[in-house]
Amino acid sequence: MTDCRKLRLNFESTLASIDAAELIVERMAQISGFDEDQVYQIGMGVRETMVNAICHGNQLGSPKTVSFDASIDENCMQVIVTDQGEGFDESQVADPLAGEQLMRGSGRGLLIVRAFFDEVEVGPGSGSGTRVRLVKYCAQGA
Amino acid sequence: MSLSTEVRQVNGVSIVDMAGRIVLGEETGKVRSTIRGLLEGGATKVIINLGGVSYIDSSGLGELVSAYSTAQRSGCVVKLLNVQAKVQDLLQITKLYTVFESHTDEAEAVASF
Repeated sequence: MTDCRKLRLNFESTLASIDAAELIVERMAQISGFDEDQVYQIGMGVRETMVNAICHGNQLGSPKTVSFDASIDENCMQVIVTDQGEGFDESQVADPLAGEQLMRGSGRGLLIVRAFFDEVEVGPGSGSGTRVRLVKYCAQGA
Repeated sequence: MSLSTEVRQVNGVSIVDMAGRIVLGEETGKVRSTIRGLLEGGATKVIINLGGVSYIDSSGLGELVSAYSTAQRSGCVVKLLNVQAKVQDLLQITKLYTVFESHTDEAEAVASF
C-alpha cells in the first residue's frame, strides 16, 4: 500500500447512511490491501460508530448530519465520525458485559468497535456532539 | 443482502432458517416479527438456524437477546444452530456465548430439548 487516500463526506441521519459508510470504508480498505478479516472489522466498526452517531447522537431522521472523514496511508486507516447530538459521556454507559446488562437489547456497539480497531478515541466534537476517532493498523505492512 | 426467514417443524421443534445479514432496520424487525409469530402460535421450543447468516451487527445481536428473553418469559426455549465463525467471534466478544445454547448438528439440537 503506497497511496494516501482521503475522503470527507457529510451524511444524513438515515439508515441508508450507515450502509453507505460501511460500504465506503470496506472498499477503501480492500483496494488498499487490508486482508478480508480486517476489511470486515473495519466495516463493522464503522457501522457501529455510524449507528451510534445517527441513532443515539443525532436521532434517526433528524435534519442533523454526520461528518465523516476517512483516510488511509502506508501504516493505517483512520476514520473520524462526528455527530451533532447532545454529546456522550462514556463513563456513564453501563458495562455491557456486567451481570444483568448482558441481557439488554442494546449497548454493545462501542464494545465491538474497541475490539475491532487498534485505537478508539471518544470525545466531544468541536461544537456540540460527539467525535469518534478510529485507527486500524495494517497487518503485514499491507 | 437482506434477511430471509423460513420456519419449519421438526419433532415439535420450530426451526427458523435465517439467511443474509441481521442488521439494524428491516432485518432486525424481521427477526422480531418471526419470533413473535412463533410465540403467538404457542411455540415452546425454537431453534434459530444461523447457518446462512455470516454478518450480524450489535443491533442484530440485541434482537437475538430480546428474542431469547421474550421467549423465556413465554415459557419458550430458544437455541442457536450453525453459528458461523464471524458471528461466533461476536458472541465471544460480547459474552453472549454464555447466554445462548449453541449446536452444530440439527438432529442433536432438536434432541437437546
